Amino acid sequence: MRIELTEIVWLLEHHALSLTQLAELSGLSEAEIDELADYGAILPIKPDANQRLFAAPYIAAAKTARRLRDDFDLNMHGVALALTLLDRVRDLETQLGDLRARSPRRVF
Amino acid sequence: MKYKDYYSILGVERTADDAEIKKAYRKLARKYHPDVSKEADGEAKFKEIAEAYHALKDAEKRAAYDQLGKHSPGQEFRPPPGWQQEFGGAPFAADDVDLADLFATLRGGRHRPGHDSGTLSMPGQDYEVTVHITLEQAFHGTKVDLDLTMPEYDANGILHRAPHAFKARIPKGATDGQRLRLPGKGGKGFNGGRDGDLYINVVLHPHTLYRVSGHDLYLDLPLTPWEAVLGTTVQVPTPNGPVRLKVPPGTQGGQQLRLSKRGLPRPNTGEGDLFALVQIVLPTVTNEQERTLFQQLADGSTFNPRGHFEQEAIHEN
Repeated sequence: MRIELTEIVWLLEHHALSLTQLAELSGLSEAEIDELADYGAILPIKPDANQRLFAAPYIAAAKTARRLRDDFDLNMHGVALALTLLDRVRDLETQLGDLRARSPRRVF
Repeated sequence: MKYKDYYSILGVERTADDAEIKKAYRKLARKYHPDVSKEADGEAKFKEIAEAYHALKDAEKRAAYDQLGKHSPGQEFRPPPGWQQEFGGAPFAADDVDLADLFATLRGGRHRPGHDSGTLSMPGQDYEVTVHITLEQAFHGTKVDLDLTMPEYDANGILHRAPHAFKARIPKGATDGQRLRLPGKGGKGFNGGRDGDLYINVVLHPHTLYRVSGHDLYLDLPLTPWEAVLGTTVQVPTPNGPVRLKVPPGTQGGQQLRLSKRGLPRPNTGEGDLFALVQIVLPTVTNEQERTLFQQLADGSTFNPRGHFEQEAIHEN
């Protein structure tokens, strides 16, 4: 008997999470997320606001940060550096994917 | 329960000291960690490596592991009598529990429900699954079957591996790389901790006709030279059925003709575009009549596609 799952949450840019929510969902502490934000590895929606809010896709980045912290014994500075490099890799892979999509495939 | 040789997984001797174990783990983690590795089976390998390291880096857990004796990898075995009492693990059902689940309950482990953990609550584990769907399924939305096994405690506090069979709806609008969260469908929380979440990573199968970029689609559109020169109207496929596309006279190879809102639907509202990439395809001249027609064109045309070569030569002189 399969249980049908109906509650599905999109992780979209315009969905905002509080610092507390992001900490709860990622397994990082609020202080660690604040530190990542201070290093610029995770960007709050309004950096100067009293209550920091984060776009929902940052769940993936924060969960990656938690894994890097746990699995490589990294401090938040090391995690921030790794996240920045991983972001650059991902951006380049996206650009490569776009270029491949725009390049004709068939050779006649 | 199946035996796993944690020492051979890390590639160290059973006599290895802590520094050797850590060094071996770090070397393998850099190679197989799913966040940094492109190895095809990296995730599964890293899971095994991390499991071995977490058991061997802790002196007490390592002692507990060594007490299990040496068996062949994959061999069915049971811990010796008194093992669980000696090392303080949670009660478990040996037939359907994994060695990793068992070690997670030992002293030094994070999850210790029912064993001097007092009122400490622990959130349930998050799970991530990758589902591969076709472009047509992404276009219309689909349902996928997910089969997971998660460690859980039954009503008597006995640790089991419990199967979970889910049917999850992938809503219209998901594209390659989309992540979806199913709250509370991961591992059960302990002592009142919240249940973990289940994350779905959507991956699109490559399509024979369309290439995907976000919610936009790209399609090769072969044209004959005369269709490109004179213009035409052609029928092109789209995920929602064929449409007529007007090709303007003088269309060049490599040009993109946009079919607005004929790409993949976006979440909630709107659609991406479909771009037809023009490819001008030369016919293989097979008969004398065609050859004559091309010869007439060659004789009568003043078109020079290499005119800029000559302009460049004039500038150089």
